[in-house]
Amino acid sequence: MNSFKKNLLKKRYNAERRFQWYGKIAIGLALSFLAVFMFQIFSKGYSAFQKTWIVTEVHYDKELLLIDAESPSKDDLENADYYDVAYKAMTSLDPGLPEEEDRQLIQMVSYKYEAEVKDLLLKNPDYLGKIVPIKLTASDDVDQVHKGNYPRDIPEENRRVNDYQLQIYDMLNERGDILLEFNISFFTSPDSREAELAGIASSFMGTVFSILVCLAFSFPVAVLAAIYLEEFAPKNKFTDFIEVNINNLAAVPSIVFGLLGLGILLAVFNLPRSTPLVGGITLSLMTLPTIIIAARASLKAVPPSIREAALAMGASNMQTTMHHTVPLSMPGTLSGTIIGLAQALGETAPLILIGMVAFVNTIPGTPVDPAASLPVQIYIWSESAERGFVEKVSACIMVLLAFLILMNLAAQIVRHKFEKKWS
Amino acid sequence: MNLILVTFIILLAFTSYYFGRKKALVIQSSQRLTALPKFYGYYLAAWCAAPALIIFALWSVFEPSIVKTFILQDYTDQNLTKNELQLIYTKVKALAAGTYTGNITNFLDESANKYIQLKGIANSAKVAIILAILIFSLSFAYRSVQKNDRMREPVEIFLKWVLFVASLGAVLVTIGIVFSLLFEAIRFFQAVKIFDFIFGTHWYPAKTFVRDGQPDPELMKDAFGAVPLFAGTFFIAFIAMCVAIPIGLLSGIYLSEYAGRGVRKYAKPIIEILAGIPTVVYGFFAALTVGPFVKEIGNAMGLEVSAESALAAGAVMGVMIIPFISSLSDDVMTAVPQNLRDGSYAMGATKSETVKKVIFPAALPGIVGSILLAVSRAVGETMIVVMASGLAANLTMNPLESTSTITAQIVVILIGDQQFGDPKTQSAFALGISLFIVTLFLNVIALSVVKKYREKYE
Repeated sequence: MNSFKKNLLKKRYNAERRFQWYGKIAIGLALSFLAVFMFQIFSKGYSAFQKTWIVTEVHYDKELLLIDAESPSKDDLENADYYDVAYKAMTSLDPGLPEEEDRQLIQMVSYKYEAEVKDLLLKNPDYLGKIVPIKLTASDDVDQVHKGNYPRDIPEENRRVNDYQLQIYDMLNERGDILLEFNISFFTSPDSREAELAGIASSFMGTVFSILVCLAFSFPVAVLAAIYLEEFAPKNKFTDFIEVNINNLAAVPSIVFGLLGLGILLAVFNLPRSTPLVGGITLSLMTLPTIIIAARASLKAVPPSIREAALAMGASNMQTTMHHTVPLSMPGTLSGTIIGLAQALGETAPLILIGMVAFVNTIPGTPVDPAASLPVQIYIWSESAERGFVEKVSACIMVLLAFLILMNLAAQIVRHKFEKKWS
Repeated sequence: MNLILVTFIILLAFTSYYFGRKKALVIQSSQRLTALPKFYGYYLAAWCAAPALIIFALWSVFEPSIVKTFILQDYTDQNLTKNELQLIYTKVKALAAGTYTGNITNFLDESANKYIQLKGIANSAKVAIILAILIFSLSFAYRSVQKNDRMREPVEIFLKWVLFVASLGAVLVTIGIVFSLLFEAIRFFQAVKIFDFIFGTHWYPAKTFVRDGQPDPELMKDAFGAVPLFAGTFFIAFIAMCVAIPIGLLSGIYLSEYAGRGVRKYAKPIIEILAGIPTVVYGFFAALTVGPFVKEIGNAMGLEVSAESALAAGAVMGVMIIPFISSLSDDVMTAVPQNLRDGSYAMGATKSETVKKVIFPAALPGIVGSILLAVSRAVGETMIVVMASGLAANLTMNPLESTSTITAQIVVILIGDQQFGDPKTQSAFALGISLFIVTLFLNVIALSVVKKYREKYE
């Protein structure tokens, strides 16, 4: 072999190796995007599962509470005036502070601290007249300082926590009066304008209701349509038209479905705005083609021998379909449905258009109460400027992703466990 | 009221099912049954529920508009516009429901009374008609049960019709989309010339275009030029494709031609996770991490970069789209017949030469189809753009500046309370219909290309 050919061969082999490396690099890039992404979300979000409390002492002074009765009833405690008691509980942290500066201390706890003082007494009526320790929700800024998310070295005028508050914080921290505990309220409270109080309960319920409504509307229609198209539809122009329709519908951008929901469900049918009912119906229109396609595929996968056997035994077409084909196709259909619902779960834009982006600070009890949904909550929080919401958004994303992973796992399990393998 | 009626019909259907089955057992003692007893039940139940529910649905759809016509008849001599009539009707309804807080005129009061009266008549008529239909259809069905007619066939035909109607659902959704978009868009194009919309270069719908209490066409002309949005949409989609096509295509090639079974089994689903992450999450990531990152790099290089640059949004969108291209192109390349590969190897070609000169050209239609689907996906993507790419519609080709897209503007316009009848709200629907047309166009081409390709190798 002469050197020219040798060189050529070498070149070709090098090109081969390079090409393989391009592929590896591409896959590596795709995977590392995912890794960076997950890392960012987790490293920003995990701290939201913890909550900072400030421990202080409260004196349930009857005089300050304006309670006259000797042995006060529950109503008396309910209607008592907690303003002074709560105020004193906070200002007692630094008795030397002049009165006009006291806001600085009050700002270190959430604005609901008065309610927290009240709740403790209502839970333990025998605290009346005593001095007891109390945990108060730290304000968003103190919370972020304690978690180390807030830089302390920037100039004071650019900082939301001033030097005096930092000093008090350090003193409390040294005494062990700053607690970091699991953040139950993140899961149990509705949305709030204050980051330290905001939770995902309202949007979580909104998501659950939307998905249930979506399932109720899309699943029956989609399965029936799939049965018709796969088992009964005559081969003609109209059937082709329906099929083309379904395929195109599956690729229509989600925001167009939002416009449909707005233009028809809200404007024509006058359904209640901002509710999971409308959201769920809108999402069901989106998932309809997904489920139809999945159901048709799994009907197609049932071998003809099953149908032939049933027909040979004298079953009618309808009986063959309903008693044999459909039950056998159910695992595939169900797993397709779950995947369709998982897609619907992550949708944001159509829900924003039908008004599920409104601020809701109550937990919805029915599908016709106004609500947000988890992805919309992510959007709402990420638009707000407060620093404390960044970790909340990341935590909310983690909850949403966990939900999605669970649903996809469920789809896999349904498929592998119940699906019959024909071979 | 409606709920009670529907529950009643459904309960009656259930009872007639049991009744029919029982009746069949009675018949069985004297004659041979034409079908299983349960079909007698189904027959009765179907005859009971279907006609009544259909009439109920039709009634519920048409009643409001008929009542409205009756009420507004009294106002025909006043020469009112459509919007004013609508306003009056809303007032009348609110007054009748007792939630009206405005000024009550005699005329309005009269109309409200008439409304309540009409509603009452309509309600009792509805109940009467439905009861009559129930009695009629049930007695008809009962007679054929008694005669021991064929039972299975009619039930199966009925079921087939139910299935057929369900399959119309998808068509109905499409009609709904087109109708809702067209309806508002046409009204928009009555106010703004379609030419100004498609070729105007200035988009600023927040601007006031009312002069002397009337919308001024001159001002509106300048507010609704959608060219910056079309340009922004395709520009961001272009950036996304610049990220997604090389990475997606090379991953697809590697997965289909080089990767061992183990790698393929795990790498493919993991890459597909990228497509399963909700777009709002990407939006957050783009706005909070990628945007500032791009800005920092740009500033370090001495460039002026907006924090909400088209580059950040496009790049993140590209990452989202990678799996669409990689999985689809992997599928189409795996579908290329093995004998093409074998032929190429037999001629002494290396693997990469085979890929580049044989497999890739053979799979090209399928790959083009998958890329078109990905483009349509990028054009319709909303949340990433809303959160990461700014909302002011700049006509720019600089990836470091912020631009806006069709989808982002729809969200901006329609977030919060909308006023129907306002050109600004209607413009969102006009944008929606242009988006729908563009994506439909892309999808139809992509699907037909992919279909042709499949047929070629099957």
